[in-house]
Amino acid sequence: MTDKKEKTGAEKVGVVIVGHVDHGKSTLIGRLLHDTDSLMDGKFEEVQASCKRRNVPFEWSFLLDAFQAERDQAVTIDTTQIWFKSKKRPYVIIDAPGHREFLKNMISGASFADAAILVVDAAEGVREQTKRHAYILHLLGLRQVVVAINKMDSVGYAEKRFNEVKGEVTEYLSGINIVPQAIIPIAAREGVNIATQSDKMPWHKGFSLLEQLDTFSPAAPPVEKPLRFPVQDVYRFDGRRIIVGRITSGVVRKGDTLLFSPSNRSATVTSIEKWNAPHDILSAQAGESIGITLDQPIYAARGDVASHAEQAPMLTHDFRANIFWLGKEPLRAGKRYKIKLATAEATVTVQSVDRVIDTGDLARTEKDFVAVNEMAVVTFHSRETVALDPFADNRDTGRVVIIEHQDVVGGGIVNMDGLADLRALRQATQENLTAVDHLLTAHDRAVRNGHRGMVVWLTGLSGAGKSTLAMRVEHALHTKGLQTYVLDGDNVRRGLNADLSFSTKDRSENIRRIGEVAALMADAGLIVITAFISPFLVDRRAARVAAGGSFHEVYVKADLDTCEKRDPKGLYKKARSGAIDDFTGISSPYEPPETPELVVDTAACDVDDCVGMIVDHVLENAQELLQKNYKEAAAER
Amino acid sequence: MQDHLDELESKTIYILREAYNRIKPLGMLWSIGKDSTALLWCIRKAFYGRVPFPMIQLDTGMEEDEVYEFRDQLVKEWGFELKIEQCPPEEEMDQTLPPATRAAARKTEGLKNLLAREKYKGIIVGIRRDEQSMRAKERVFSPRRFDGTWNYKDQPAEFWDQYKTDFPEDTHVRIHPILHWREIDIWRYTQRENIPIVPLYLSRNGMRFRSLGEKNITFPIKSDASTIEEIIAELEVTKTSERAGRSMDSETEDSFERLRQSGYM
Repeated sequence: MTDKKEKTGAEKVGVVIVGHVDHGKSTLIGRLLHDTDSLMDGKFEEVQASCKRRNVPFEWSFLLDAFQAERDQAVTIDTTQIWFKSKKRPYVIIDAPGHREFLKNMISGASFADAAILVVDAAEGVREQTKRHAYILHLLGLRQVVVAINKMDSVGYAEKRFNEVKGEVTEYLSGINIVPQAIIPIAAREGVNIATQSDKMPWHKGFSLLEQLDTFSPAAPPVEKPLRFPVQDVYRFDGRRIIVGRITSGVVRKGDTLLFSPSNRSATVTSIEKWNAPHDILSAQAGESIGITLDQPIYAARGDVASHAEQAPMLTHDFRANIFWLGKEPLRAGKRYKIKLATAEATVTVQSVDRVIDTGDLARTEKDFVAVNEMAVVTFHSRETVALDPFADNRDTGRVVIIEHQDVVGGGIVNMDGLADLRALRQATQENLTAVDHLLTAHDRAVRNGHRGMVVWLTGLSGAGKSTLAMRVEHALHTKGLQTYVLDGDNVRRGLNADLSFSTKDRSENIRRIGEVAALMADAGLIVITAFISPFLVDRRAARVAAGGSFHEVYVKADLDTCEKRDPKGLYKKARSGAIDDFTGISSPYEPPETPELVVDTAACDVDDCVGMIVDHVLENAQELLQKNYKEAAAER
Repeated sequence: MQDHLDELESKTIYILREAYNRIKPLGMLWSIGKDSTALLWCIRKAFYGRVPFPMIQLDTGMEEDEVYEFRDQLVKEWGFELKIEQCPPEEEMDQTLPPATRAAARKTEGLKNLLAREKYKGIIVGIRRDEQSMRAKERVFSPRRFDGTWNYKDQPAEFWDQYKTDFPEDTHVRIHPILHWREIDIWRYTQRENIPIVPLYLSRNGMRFRSLGEKNITFPIKSDASTIEEIIAELEVTKTSERAGRSMDSETEDSFERLRQSGYM
């Protein structure tokens, strides 16, 4: 190991220095470089001369602020990197601008770090930018954090003041799940507690800052996590198809069967390819740029993620992300963006801005847009299926960057709590189908009934007319000889879902069970009409997935005023008086369908017309498909 | 287990493959020095022995003889496409620039001519952050206006290995695949991979070139390092900066900034 290190050099640790403007970040960096004797000859003199030319006192920040504009205005505009060595190892220091307006540059720098020093002025204590930067460290997933309480000389090296600031910092950090490895009192300008322990503060029993840094380690690639190999490109230079990319987690071995998501195709690795490799490569791991060849010519393209089948990423259309927003135009619900997730790209719509976070007091703010430099929790909907992981499970496949007008305008880490994994749903559905269809096929049932099974899913506000329409449509279809059934609150809540409350979670489960039951009934050959508000896209999408191709979403549309005037069950009145919590339309949102199969506007059309539209839609689809099947079957014979 | 050099190489290969996938047409500036030659080696690794875009030399006619010899030898051995762009004469440069900076600016102008003619959308350049404090502030994918100027006050956000790869029509992008390497890494890698170098880097009569540029504006340093191993040992302890022998860096405080802002590498 030692031998190898001598040849390749010791692993460096990237350290980002963050904190409020003028709390002493640059001075600290200058000190670290000076006290470890890492400055090149003439550099100190060059800075001296440059300060003199501008008639300002000696300024360490000039080491890093190389631009004329930065020196002239004494402000760090962009991030930079500079090297120094301790006795133990090399470091690359990342200087991050403190000003709010350069947040994009701060993040560009901090994203490279293995560890962070959060600098806090002992006299000023925790300030706005201290909190914002700490919050970003949390979003970037940095776990190795040391807090340096700087300018201790300005408070007479007083332990009491140190403890006050320490308390303030600890309280904020614990709110965002950061546990600093150490909190160290320093005086950067004086060199106190920087490279060596100082006798100025005998009450401080811990390490100096540099000694603390030496306990950190470079962030190792996640070799022990499940395999993720995002496909970067496919080369055909020598007739072979080489699928190239960098492994972001786990290990791939020659002979492994890989599943490509979201396309869901599998093939076996016949070789791992690196140019000029001295011998046959049997395995490769997280961090390596490789190529692979496969035993079958499956269609795998840039954007697919290869994994092992048993530990595959989630598949979804909907995901939530904790984001930081850098765009000059605010992010708004309903707006469309491009996202990049590993090597994949997708077009997404902002489904909802769930909350905007005030990084000062971590309070939620209710508003439907996110302004520049704000942090928020946002739910996205993607037209295409995307393969991803929750950030907590896997870093690189669990974070997205957001693009607008060709620019990166934000980034976020994925959280899938409460959202469906379509892979699990699909698998469950497939298992159902094989069980039911052993001897009889859906076609056999359709022939017997004269029509195929279907789920006609009515969704809309309370009072929009779902129940009325459901009953009338069923009656009309029954009269025409079709096999039908209506699922509504009355027949479901009494038995199947009698154990469920009206909590958010149970309401979601209510819809999930209805979706599954409707799917089974449709599979049995029935036209199933459901009449539930089902306000959330995610829940309805799960129902659609459960029913496979036989799901028809009908948006029963009526504006809130109309519904509230109708108020057939007196529920709006109760909700307005506060007697009902989370009432859709009043105190809880309704997410209208994006691409429903049919829209009936009960505010604009009379009931007969609406019934007619739905009946026509059902007849057309349930019977036309059947006729097509007959034709295909006849053609085959 | 990947070691330090493997990690640097893997990241460089990733960047090269991103560039090749996202940006067309692509070319690389090959100065024939140690950095861009190590980068050329990484290109062969990334594309399985091929060099799928042209190497470009911005030639001022002022390189040392050994540099031209080495160039012709390597093209023959490795078999890649080399385009030689003759740079305009010094008289046509901005005369307010100090003399060495003015000489260096010839390459900027040569590059502009090349871009105007060949319409490259991406230019790969082998610069490193630790060379120079202006380069330390660079992005990996760094947009330039078509006249080559660098809007360093408003650089794109770049994090999580996601690069800006879409640009307006009148823009080209500089791609910096070895921005994260240090001088000593280049030498360790050159040694490990047995990559050929111009012999001027090795000491003769107590002098060697630490950084290789045109003979009118680059000077050798005092050194007895006559093997790569000795160069590495020298770098472990040196207190002299790499570009100390490059006069255009330090003629005035802002000379290098002015060069880079107007499109220098």
